[in-house]
Formats: sequence, C-alpha cells, structure tokens
Amino acid sequence: MTVEEDLVPEVDPAAVPVDTLTVLGRVPDGASREVVVGHLKEAARLVRRRDIQMVRAAGLGHVGGEFSVIDILVTLYLHTMDTGPDRVADPDRDRLILSKGHAAAALYTTLAMAGLLPADELRGFMQPLSQLNGHPANTKVAAVEASTGPLGHGLPVAVGTAFAGAMDGSSRRTFVVVGDGELQEGSNWEALMTVGNHRLAHLCVVVDRNRLQQGARVADTNDLEPLADKLRAFGLEVVEVDGHDHGALADAFAAVPAASGKPTAVIAHTFKGHPISFMSDKVAWHHKVPSAEQVAQALAELEAP
Amino acid sequence: MSTDLAPAPALHDCRDAWVATMIDLAEADDRIVVVVNDSLGSSKLGPFAERFDDRIVNVGIAEQNMVGVGAGLANGGKVPFVSAASCFLTARAMEQIKVDAAYSQHHVVLVGQSPGMAYGELGPTHHSIEDLAWLRAIPGLTVIVPSDPAETGQALRWAAQHDGPVFIRVSRMGVPDVNLPGYEFVPGKAVTLREGGDVTLVATGTVVARALGAADLLAAEGVSARVLSMPTIKPIDADALVAAARETRGIVTVEEALTSGLGGAVAEVVVRRAPVAMRMVGVPDVFAPTGSVEWLLEYFGITAAGVAEAARELL
Repeated sequence: MTVEEDLVPEVDPAAVPVDTLTVLGRVPDGASREVVVGHLKEAARLVRRRDIQMVRAAGLGHVGGEFSVIDILVTLYLHTMDTGPDRVADPDRDRLILSKGHAAAALYTTLAMAGLLPADELRGFMQPLSQLNGHPANTKVAAVEASTGPLGHGLPVAVGTAFAGAMDGSSRRTFVVVGDGELQEGSNWEALMTVGNHRLAHLCVVVDRNRLQQGARVADTNDLEPLADKLRAFGLEVVEVDGHDHGALADAFAAVPAASGKPTAVIAHTFKGHPISFMSDKVAWHHKVPSAEQVAQALAELEAP
Repeated sequence: MSTDLAPAPALHDCRDAWVATMIDLAEADDRIVVVVNDSLGSSKLGPFAERFDDRIVNVGIAEQNMVGVGAGLANGGKVPFVSAASCFLTARAMEQIKVDAAYSQHHVVLVGQSPGMAYGELGPTHHSIEDLAWLRAIPGLTVIVPSDPAETGQALRWAAQHDGPVFIRVSRMGVPDVNLPGYEFVPGKAVTLREGGDVTLVATGTVVARALGAADLLAAEGVSARVLSMPTIKPIDADALVAAARETRGIVTVEEALTSGLGGAVAEVVVRRAPVAMRMVGVPDVFAPTGSVEWLLEYFGITAAGVAEAARELL
C-alpha cells in the first residue's frame, strides 16, 4: 500500500454495526488519481451496505435503481461538485438534482457520506414523521435541491437552476441525474430542447443507463435508442462511460462545462442491482425488498476485497 | 335605480395593470424574471420585453418544462413569474404546480392569463373554469382572483415579496373598477363592498361587479344585500363568511368558474362552522356551448339578474 492510499480509512466491515455509516467525507484536495478512485470505491461500497440495510429495515425502497446510481452520486458529491456542509445555502454551490427520486435511500446515504446529512438520521428512513421520505423533498432535507419522485420533473427544474446561474454569470454547475426509463416522459424532451437551444453549458445531464424499468427492459417497453444520437441532435455534448468506473465518471464530470460550449450529457452505462450477483441486471429488483438472507449475502459480497 | 340603467362604466383589461406592475417590480428587484410559453403577446408583455429582454425565459410551447424551469429559477435565487394562458398553465402542468412549486414551497408566482371563459368562442379547451377547484386543493398554494386593475397590481406586488407559491388570475375580459380609491389588498381577507343584513353575496374576480349590480336590484325591492369581494380563494376568509352566515339569511356565491371553486370553498367553511342556506352562481357541471364570454355569462345566469334571483330564493 502506498502512503497516499493511507488516506482511505481502513474499515473492517464485520466491525461496522448494521445501522451505522462510516463517514469518509470528500476526497482530499489534491489527491492522486489512485487515491481519488480508492476513496470513491470505498465510499460507494459503504453506501451500498448502508442502503440495502435501510431498505430492509423500512420494508420499502428501490434497491435495484439505487445500486445502479450510487457510483454516480458518490463521484459527484465526494469529488466533482463544489459544495459542502457549510455551503448548502451558498448561491454559488454546484447543484445535484436526483430526478429518479425513487433512489432516495442512495441519495440520503451519499449525502451522509459527504457530511451533508447527519448519518444518524438514516435510521429514520421512511419511518413516521421522518424527514427522510421515500422520495426526497427539498423542504425536509436542506441538501436536497429539488423534490422529486414523479418522473420527468428533475430536468426542467435543472434547466431553471442553470438559467439562473447563466443570468448571474456564475460558473456554478448543475448536474441532473435521470433514469433511462424516465426518459419516456415527454417533459424531459421539452427541457432538452431548451438545454440545447440555449446552450446551457454549465448543465450536465447524467443518464443512469441501466436499461431496466419497473416492469420490463426499456428496449422492450418504449426503446430509447439511438439515445446518444438523440441527445447530440438536441445539441448536447455526449460522453458515454462505464457508470461503475469512478475514474471514468470523475473524468467525464470534470469536463463540464465542455470546451465546445455545449451542455453535456453523460450516458453512464450501469447495471440495476450492481454488483450483487443475484440482483444485477434483474428487472425483479426494481422495488423488491431483500430478505434477511439476501441482505446477508449482499453484505458478504460487499465486504472489502 | 339599478346599475342596469346607469351609464356604462369604463372597462379595463387587467393585463395592462399586470405588465405595468411587472415593469415596476423588475426595476426595483433584479431577481424578478418572467417565464413564458410563447405567451409574450397573449400576456401583453411587449413593453416588459422592451425593457427587460434578458429577464425573460421563453421555453416555447412546453408548459411542464415552463413550470419546472420556474421552480429551478427559484432554487437559483430568482423570483419567477410564470405567465401563460390559465387553461394550459394549470391543466397541462398540474403535477409541476403540485410538486415543483407547491410541495417544494418555492417562491414561484403562477400567473393564469385570460382565465374563466375569456376565450369564449374558442371553446371549453381554452376555458379555465376548473382552475379554482383544482388549485385550492393543493396545500400551501395561495390562490388569488383579482377583481379589477388595482387589485391585480396589488396582488402581484404582494406575491413578489411573499416567499411561497402563489397563483393569480389575470383577466382579459373588460372589468370596471370595483374597489374604492386607496384600496389595499390584504391576502386572505374579504372586502366588504356593501353592508347588508338580509342576504350575503360573495363574489370573486371578474364578476364582482355583477354582484354589486344584483345588490342594486335587490335594494330596489327593499332587500339589503351584503356584498363581499373574495379576492383570495385560498386561504379563504372564514371569519367573514361565518359572520355573514350568522348575520344574514343565506349566502350566494358568484364566480366565473365551476361552482366547486369559490362556491365549494365557501360551503366547506359554513357547513363546518355556521350552516346556512346557499346558492352558487357560476358554471355548472358542464362544458360550455359555443359563445362569447359575455354571452356565456348570460347563458349560465352569471349576471346581476341571475344573482338577484338566486338571492331571492334564500329570503
């Protein structure tokens, strides 16, 4: 192990109680690429462990779509975005809008990992009167930028935040994470026309391209392909990456705003339920709640290598 | 003498007050922006655009995006006025109004242009008579229906500084001034335009003048009608309604909307706190036939004579 890797805390998974989260915080400034990737990978592993236990405890949730998006969220909050616990109300903070709001547990857990939400509050997920609703609400969690849940809402709101930044001449960026099935909602394409036509360069649309929706494969329901061509035709700079490769995600996000002056779309190719053997790429895991045995197996698979 | 025989008062397009007020507001506060759906002309925003072209976001014919963009602008520190024909703003973007504006408690002002049956002959697709019933069902959303230019301007000014979601109707149908000089709009408060002890007429928006005309007709018969103008549908002035229910023999509601708008709101108050006989003058549970707005108001009995007749049933 190199000296730099020592910056990543050593965590013995067996020593971590099921309802706690070891908060790693943001990647240290100036860290080497190896440290960046190591930090994000470890954070994502811990976030997944906490997430599946939250879903199990609540008896509700969307673990499949959470496991597909966690690497995206962790990379943005712990590395890419210019934000932090003391900047939640800073007008010039970078913003993330999770349009696929059903992945709320992944958002809450990542916010806690970034120090933007007390980790203790994760225990309240979906409990009566908890601030951690099954879909995120900006009025309940300060670091949540937009209330989402009904699909197709995040992108228009992100367009508004990006417009406000452009009007102010701010360099702040807005990242909006959409599901691929969600792109069947027409409001997204209304918003994408605006994004391209107004060249909102500080806006980045991240597509969690896990190819599955609630009831079936996206391609078998109302296919999106050729998605990259469609987004290019709408005036976006399109980058395709492995959505579970933290280094590739970090590079794609770091390139926003694009040198071309166009807004960016990152198509992040992911697997629903990744990397759990019995969940990965399975339609059934949209909102299935794992049994105690399945949680145990998932946690075993998520033990440190 | 009834107002039917009086000289016709000057009628005003409330959009003129809207655009003049928006120019004043934008001059005073650089956070003020306007979001439209290719509705600059129908919103009469030309003079605003000449001054503040960089404060307009025109998303094109895309109402869901329009309201979402409004919420995002609020997140980004702006005070957006989202202005579009009321029928499209409310029906097409209802979920965005519910979630992005109201549930999110954003300071977004939704401006429903040419509401009610203002688009008359264009037909029910372009009428916005459901808006009051729909929007008053949404928690935390203030719903305002101004009756004349002065109230339109004041309601917009209040909304500009109220840190929460607001819907305001802006009428294109000509309306007379009904509020007295020096009038001050107070959100959630009824305005007593006429004292009276026999019956109460509660009216909102474009048809307040017709309630005043009805009071004149009733006065000629020796009936003393109280006239309450109710510019705020939500939150409604329950105390004024309870007083009216206790001090008069019944309440007639008057609106250019389905009677599940103001009528329903008033009924919900009195049935809980002071049950009293009611009549509701407005659009019944039908899609309107073809006709101008004036013709349709006559057709549905939303007239001084129609309101007076409803009031007589309560005496």
